[in-house]
Amino acid sequence: MSVKKIIAQKAAGYLNDGDVVNLGIGIPTLVADYLPEGVQVFLHTENGILGVGPTPEAGMEDQDLVNAGKLPVTVIKGASYFDSAASFAMIRGGHIDVSILGVLEVDQLGRVANWAVPGKSVLGVGGAMDLLEGSKKVIVTTMHTTKKGEPKIVRELNYPITSQRRVDLIITEKAVFETDERGLLLVSSSENVTMEELRKNTGADFRVKEGKEYEGKEPGAGAD
Amino acid sequence: MRKLITPEMAMTFIKSGSRIMVGGFGLVGCPLTLVRALSETGIGDLEIISNNLGEPGKGLGVLVREKKVKKGIGSYFTSNPDVTAAYQAGELEIELLPQGTLSEAIRAGGAGIAAFYTPVGAGTKIAAGREERTFADKRHVLQEALKADAAFIKASHCDELGNLVYSKSARNFNPIMATAADLVIAEVDELVEAGEIPPEDIVTPHLFVDYIVLKGERGK
Repeated sequence: MSVKKIIAQKAAGYLNDGDVVNLGIGIPTLVADYLPEGVQVFLHTENGILGVGPTPEAGMEDQDLVNAGKLPVTVIKGASYFDSAASFAMIRGGHIDVSILGVLEVDQLGRVANWAVPGKSVLGVGGAMDLLEGSKKVIVTTMHTTKKGEPKIVRELNYPITSQRRVDLIITEKAVFETDERGLLLVSSSENVTMEELRKNTGADFRVKEGKEYEGKEPGAGAD
Repeated sequence: MRKLITPEMAMTFIKSGSRIMVGGFGLVGCPLTLVRALSETGIGDLEIISNNLGEPGKGLGVLVREKKVKKGIGSYFTSNPDVTAAYQAGELEIELLPQGTLSEAIRAGGAGIAAFYTPVGAGTKIAAGREERTFADKRHVLQEALKADAAFIKASHCDELGNLVYSKSARNFNPIMATAADLVIAEVDELVEAGEIPPEDIVTPHLFVDYIVLKGERGK
């Protein structure tokens, strides 16, 4: 399984039956493929669908039926359509249970940058800020480091911040962090990832969550 | 059928320098026949309120290429490189809003609300310099409502009175834009007689719609 799929599978494990979930572009989109047995979620997309289904077969695309990434989708039984103001009322108004997002960076307070790159013209934000502000729970799925091997979890953001809200969970191929008002808490790390490797590849300080013991020994495997 | 007019006739109501709302999420739900008719006139210097400004050479992207757009107000312009180029050349002014703030500003404009406070964007670059207030210990920024001289919207079908029904996710910004402009022109795939659409199914009641234009062959 590819690393991105592994991250998506871990994230899927945090969803509960009946959750209304908004998936961002990239790794988050893959989460829908790894829902645990017996867990049905309702996928919301900002352009006005509750109840997004799988990608249509080639030749079966409907030009009026797309997701936020403008890719063709289908709908499940019981789906509904609504206008953009209603869709963002759902988002901003706290009616979305979980948003899963990709990021450029996360800082050590769990705040995200995922909309703009400094030095370039800032010409797109879409629904990124609304989703961070309003979703009941926000899960970040990201590679632990950039393609150049630099940490994506950093002390201070190098990119413009998307929202002052801290996310609830950060899931990478190496580890899972929760957040509290003081910062990041390591809750699990992947098999064969040592604490030394984790510290080296994480640009921010983090604490180990109470009840979890990692210092001085190999961390446990998988998400809890 | 007195609301039904041709796209060419619709353009006689539009002046250079107008502020126009255009429905659609990318090209989905964009009134492409009306946009094309506008591009075939000499009307320019436009202020366009739309989530995006089309794609290169498609939809509103045609107007961008022809340098007929003075200012774009929307949430996501990155999908059209022509917009970035025009912006960097100083030919196009951009006002960027979070998508929920954009849609709510349009809704408010149509509902007689002058402005509102939203937490979205507070403490970020997008809201720099905006008036702020704190509610329930949370920072909020002031957003004024948006209105326009005209709205071009797209529905799947309508009756001769102008009652509108939309298709799937092509609904997006269209119903709210129908409420927020002085002149509303709806492009539709199909026109039916009054009474053929069950009242429960009507999304935009006819009082919001001034004129109806049938989608053209070239509107595809």
